[in-house]
Amino acid sequence: MEAIARALDSDLAYRFRRSPVAMLAALVVVLLIGSSVFAPLITSQNPFDPGSLNLMNGFSEPMQPNQFTGETFVLGTDDQGRDVFATILYGMRISLFVGFSAVIFAMVLGVTLGLLSGYVGGRTDTIIMRIADIQLTFPAILVALLIFGVAKGITPPDRRDEVAIWVLIIAIGLSEWVQFARVVRGATLVEKSKEYVQAARLIGRSPVAIMVRHILPNTLSPVLVIATISLALAIIAEATLSFLGVGAPPTQPSLGTLIRIGQEFLFSGEWWILFFPAMTLLALALSVNLLGDWLRDALNPKLR
Amino acid sequence: MLAFIIRRVLQSVVVLLVVGLVAFSLFRFVGDPVDNLLGQERTIEDIDRVRSELGLDQPFPVQYFRFLQGVTQGNFGVSFRQGRPVADILAERAPATLELAAVSALFAIVLGITLGVYTAIRRDGWLSNFIMTSSLIGVSLPTFLIGILLIYVFAVELGWLPSFGRGETVQIGWWTTGLLTESGLKAIILPAITLGLYQMTLIMRLVRAEMLEVLRSDYVKFARARGLSQRSVYFRHALKNTLVPVITITGLQLGSIIAFAIITETVFQWPGVGLLFINSIQFVDIPVMASYLMLISVMFVVINLIVDLLYFAIDPRLSASRGGGH
Repeated sequence: MEAIARALDSDLAYRFRRSPVAMLAALVVVLLIGSSVFAPLITSQNPFDPGSLNLMNGFSEPMQPNQFTGETFVLGTDDQGRDVFATILYGMRISLFVGFSAVIFAMVLGVTLGLLSGYVGGRTDTIIMRIADIQLTFPAILVALLIFGVAKGITPPDRRDEVAIWVLIIAIGLSEWVQFARVVRGATLVEKSKEYVQAARLIGRSPVAIMVRHILPNTLSPVLVIATISLALAIIAEATLSFLGVGAPPTQPSLGTLIRIGQEFLFSGEWWILFFPAMTLLALALSVNLLGDWLRDALNPKLR
Repeated sequence: MLAFIIRRVLQSVVVLLVVGLVAFSLFRFVGDPVDNLLGQERTIEDIDRVRSELGLDQPFPVQYFRFLQGVTQGNFGVSFRQGRPVADILAERAPATLELAAVSALFAIVLGITLGVYTAIRRDGWLSNFIMTSSLIGVSLPTFLIGILLIYVFAVELGWLPSFGRGETVQIGWWTTGLLTESGLKAIILPAITLGLYQMTLIMRLVRAEMLEVLRSDYVKFARARGLSQRSVYFRHALKNTLVPVITITGLQLGSIIAFAIITETVFQWPGVGLLFINSIQFVDIPVMASYLMLISVMFVVINLIVDLLYFAIDPRLSASRGGGH
């Protein structure tokens, strides 16, 4: 209880209450995440269970009763009679799962390498930072594409669909670790020379303990900002890869896959199959981005 | 100065060698080339013969060296899927991507500088505010959604422009161009806008920020005090001095344009190298993937090198601090 009270009384919470944009963005994010987590409770139809679909419901327009079955779908249905609303909720699950996992992977990798690089220094530092420099020369999406392609080549063809999601997570994660490593390295260099680190060294704490227990907590606020912005980037990267047809397999469609499917119906006038997933992706990416921007300003003492 | 250049060039060479190693490992370890060449009814003798013909029985460094030798002579292997030399396929596809990249870069530079200057001069005008706000939204839109949106408006609803392909092309030597026919010109508009929009907003914001900075400086005040016309102050004095960072950023963005062409080419089914690369990933066509990787890295590394050296040449402070005997 006390922790909650302290959190509500904190500077960050105060700034949050003062920023309508941040509150709106947070509301959208919470709504979207919540509705995808509780998707089975919200919609009766599981769009990826062929048994629950009725082909007669295909191409129902939003809010209009279907001409054969008379059922009404708020956001319409696609060619196979899947409720677009349900596909969005289930698709967002994949998008969010890949996004969060990729960011956590990138964060763990980047923070570890950044700490090592900053604390150990010397050749370790040179090697890690050189790799980071080289990777930064190439756009993240290209790096992710290449890792995806290589992984696809290594896995045997019959297992590709199973591992696709994990390959996607690793590919996006590996394309985004550099930002974390750079920031943590910079912060570590600053913290390393402070007295509390010297004191910890004097009483004989091991280097690992100093890095993890003492330096790491003091580098976390920029990491939080980068993690939020990376989440938006990861969600867009996942959608882009899936849109290109090299991401989530058709059996587990994400928002990007839904947009790809919807694009095929654009010319025949069934706009809703494309429009609603696209708007959901936009709302999700934009709100996470706005939250990240707000967090960066709120945590930066220089801007006060 | 010389030491800096040498170090920079060496660094680039190391990067290329590492990328080459990755590409070579792809060739060598992902998918067995012998498997691909020989059919079901092969004998052990056949396998041995093909292995020694391909040089696969040689030690790893020797194989790598041979691979590099082949690549520098334009020998990228044979596509698994199309059964033709990769170099031929790439040469056939390259003009489409390069034309698209050039037109988008032109669009981004011309419009970016114009809008940047405008929003800097009319700082508080409603049109400037509108441009700045919409550019923010434009940046957060994923590229493929912009492409789909443009297709929906201009191809589906209005029917003014084609939604896919290059239109009619004209053959000039080995180069095919779509820029000389009406349908080709129409076909390039939407993909070029999609690809160049992000770079356009980037250049616009940069020019605006630099212009605002320069317009506050003493020499601009002095130029105004001398009674020079507004136009002369803005374009002959202010704009000229904002262009150095713009040139560097634009240079660095050239690589990104070619990389992001992958997405645009997929949306518009533009028959370029990017679409080829996506297809090669879908069908695990290793030689094509590896060659694309090699080509694009050479391009990135060369562009970065040139920009770095240009920066060195343009900004005298850099050469004074590094080359001055420290």
